[in-house]
Amino acid sequence: MLQWLPEDVSTYGHEIDSLFYLIYYITAVAFILVTVLMVVFLIKYRERPGRRAVYSHGNTTLEIIWTVIPAAILIVLSFMSVNTWAKIKRNPPATDFEIKVFAKQFNWDVSYPGPDGKLGTEDDIRFDNDLHVPVNKIVRLHLGASDVIHSFFIPNLRFKQDVVPGRTIIGWFEATKPGKYEMPCAELCGFGHSGMKGWLHVHSVEDYKKWADEHLAPKPQ
Amino acid sequence: MSDTAEAHAAHGHHATPSFISHYIFSTDHKMIGRQFLFLGLFMMMIGGTLAMMMRWQLAWPETAVPGFSFIPEPYMYSGIIPSNTYNALFTMHATIMIFFVVMPIMVGTFGNFLIPLMIGAGDMAFPKLNMLSFWVGLVSGVVMLASFFVPGGPAAGGWTGYATLSAKAQYTGVEWGQHLWIISLLIAGVSSLMGAINYITTIINMRAPGMSYFRMPLTVWSLFVTAILLLLALPVLTAALAMLLFDRMAGTSFFLPEGGGEPLLWQHMFWFFGHPEVYILVLPAMGVTSDMLSTFSRKPIFGYHAMAFSMIAIAFLSWIVWGHHMFVSGMNPLLGTAFMMTTMVIAVPSAIKTFNWLGTLWGGSIRLTVPMLFALGFVSNFVIGGLSGIFMASTPVDIFIHDTYFIVAHFHYVVAGIIFALFAAVYYWFPKMFYRRMNDSLGKIHFVLTYIFFNGAFFPMHFLGVGGHMRRIYNPLQYEFITPMHDWNVFITWSALILGASQIFFLYNFVYSLFAGKKTEQNPWQANTLEWSAPTPAPHGNFLTTPTVYRGPYEYSSPEVKEDWLPQDKNIGTQAAARGH
Repeated sequence: MLQWLPEDVSTYGHEIDSLFYLIYYITAVAFILVTVLMVVFLIKYRERPGRRAVYSHGNTTLEIIWTVIPAAILIVLSFMSVNTWAKIKRNPPATDFEIKVFAKQFNWDVSYPGPDGKLGTEDDIRFDNDLHVPVNKIVRLHLGASDVIHSFFIPNLRFKQDVVPGRTIIGWFEATKPGKYEMPCAELCGFGHSGMKGWLHVHSVEDYKKWADEHLAPKPQ
Repeated sequence: MSDTAEAHAAHGHHATPSFISHYIFSTDHKMIGRQFLFLGLFMMMIGGTLAMMMRWQLAWPETAVPGFSFIPEPYMYSGIIPSNTYNALFTMHATIMIFFVVMPIMVGTFGNFLIPLMIGAGDMAFPKLNMLSFWVGLVSGVVMLASFFVPGGPAAGGWTGYATLSAKAQYTGVEWGQHLWIISLLIAGVSSLMGAINYITTIINMRAPGMSYFRMPLTVWSLFVTAILLLLALPVLTAALAMLLFDRMAGTSFFLPEGGGEPLLWQHMFWFFGHPEVYILVLPAMGVTSDMLSTFSRKPIFGYHAMAFSMIAIAFLSWIVWGHHMFVSGMNPLLGTAFMMTTMVIAVPSAIKTFNWLGTLWGGSIRLTVPMLFALGFVSNFVIGGLSGIFMASTPVDIFIHDTYFIVAHFHYVVAGIIFALFAAVYYWFPKMFYRRMNDSLGKIHFVLTYIFFNGAFFPMHFLGVGGHMRRIYNPLQYEFITPMHDWNVFITWSALILGASQIFFLYNFVYSLFAGKKTEQNPWQANTLEWSAPTPAPHGNFLTTPTVYRGPYEYSSPEVKEDWLPQDKNIGTQAAARGH
């Protein structure tokens, strides 16, 4: 099961993945325990002539034990999740690299600041479904949608955020490995939902500069 | 199947019923239960067929589904499913399975049939309201099915109907289909409300002498808690649906930002209903399972009070966990943290139930009858579905697996797993409902095939989800990162097709036994609960004399009697009556 997680190329993805593995091992143990007990009981206590079932209405000590142990595990798990969640969703770090992604049926409309250096102005430079970023750079995303709810999903970055018409949501990531990563929509958005996807291009610092000079530099008048 | 003569003899005040008042507009809770059962089984065939069509598309995208070339363009192209039809398929599959299969059968059928019989009452508190509940439910089903035949096809916005997608026809291209979807669910809500009021009133007021709350079978407890959840949750859905209908038809903007509305408001209202709804579906399954495990282990249920209180705890907690469906929705992330905590807590009563079921098996004298096998199947699936829920309860993990097949796997193990409790209940109470036994061997074949291929269909969905495979996509081969996992999609489809085909064993067994099954004895499972003390066939009015209850429902293998069962209404002397459980 574990080898199915896609390669992680983000700074925070490993925290998600290790929580995932931790829960995986805990649940695997619980699953095996319950299944083995069930099978053993079904065999050991199958109906046989001459034997009568134990007349018992329960055991309070046992019940307290199997209430307290799962409760303790679950509470610890939630506290372990709090910090990672806050890091990813609540406290985006400061950066000077900002990009706007605006979803519409069925495209990711990606905008970089134009010559004025500001996002959300007339001279923004737009791309359809292609997001280019340098490696090891904190990227702040301004996410919005024009029509219906979409969900901006980059599996390799462990990034997912619904985008909602009528509001701007801030997201962030920092990619750690150059490459080309798929960027699908994860929320049903209409008949073209399937196939609504783009590509994230993570460049080395030099390659990104080359790309930016070619595509983001002010065009000579 | 004629209760008529007995009914007339036993209860002179019930006038001789005509065919219509007996089979169609019946006020007898048992007939209404049967009507809900036939409605639910019919809808299950439709909902299942939709699932098979979806699976075909996912394994062999854009190839013709065999046998469906008769469906006209633009809904299908000589058997090939286009993307908008695919969206309609999963929308209608979920809507039908939840509102027209699990609810009518688990709540409608068994609530109606069992509550009066199990608490020793003659009928429901409001028999006419009960009849109305079925007929209103049927109208809602007809409206839902009619939406398949309107121009544009049925709703295609998902069963969750997220605004703004569902709030404007231009976004899905579906106009009347979505209107009818909303109207049908509004009507279904009225039907469920009438049922819920009836169940609650009946349980509070009409228990036989001696039937205290803590002598009620857990099936009745589960239906009681479910009815309270229904009563409180449905009005919220009704309000949300009405607002959505106004947005679509009257130009309001409750959910549309261009008019000052808020798309997330829909999600909050929908899931405020939707999460209790999950427990509305699963609690009766838990109740039924508890009864089966105790009866067929010939042993009292382990921790009866803990079982009842954990259902009450689940019911309370179910109101404060809805936000876990919305971790990445754009809701304030601080709320995500709060909802993660409550969600982790709600796993505890579910864990208690599972361990108490195991405790019930321990030391038993276990009879692997067909209903017992299905009840064990429910437990086994519920364990998997419960454990997989912990992954998505953790907010950071949910970022990755939200809206993937991991979620699809999870809720099918929980909600589609209910089908095991549903089959257990049908096999178990069939003799009470139709006075005949279902065939055992066919039942066992049905169980083995269903269990294997259910797991074959749903377990690998976890792998797909962990790989990032999104749900609700029409063609997985459009994605480079999903394509390498495609063999699993083919495997799942084969399992699903065989799972569907295996249900023929049930259908044949059900229909054959209805007319030609072996006649049943009075108490075929040697069970304690009151329904087996009522005559079979039970007349309109159920009991010849009102039973008196002396003890709890799970006194199996009691040292006080030679047999290993001790019916709730059996008087074995004053000592036992005073003790009571």
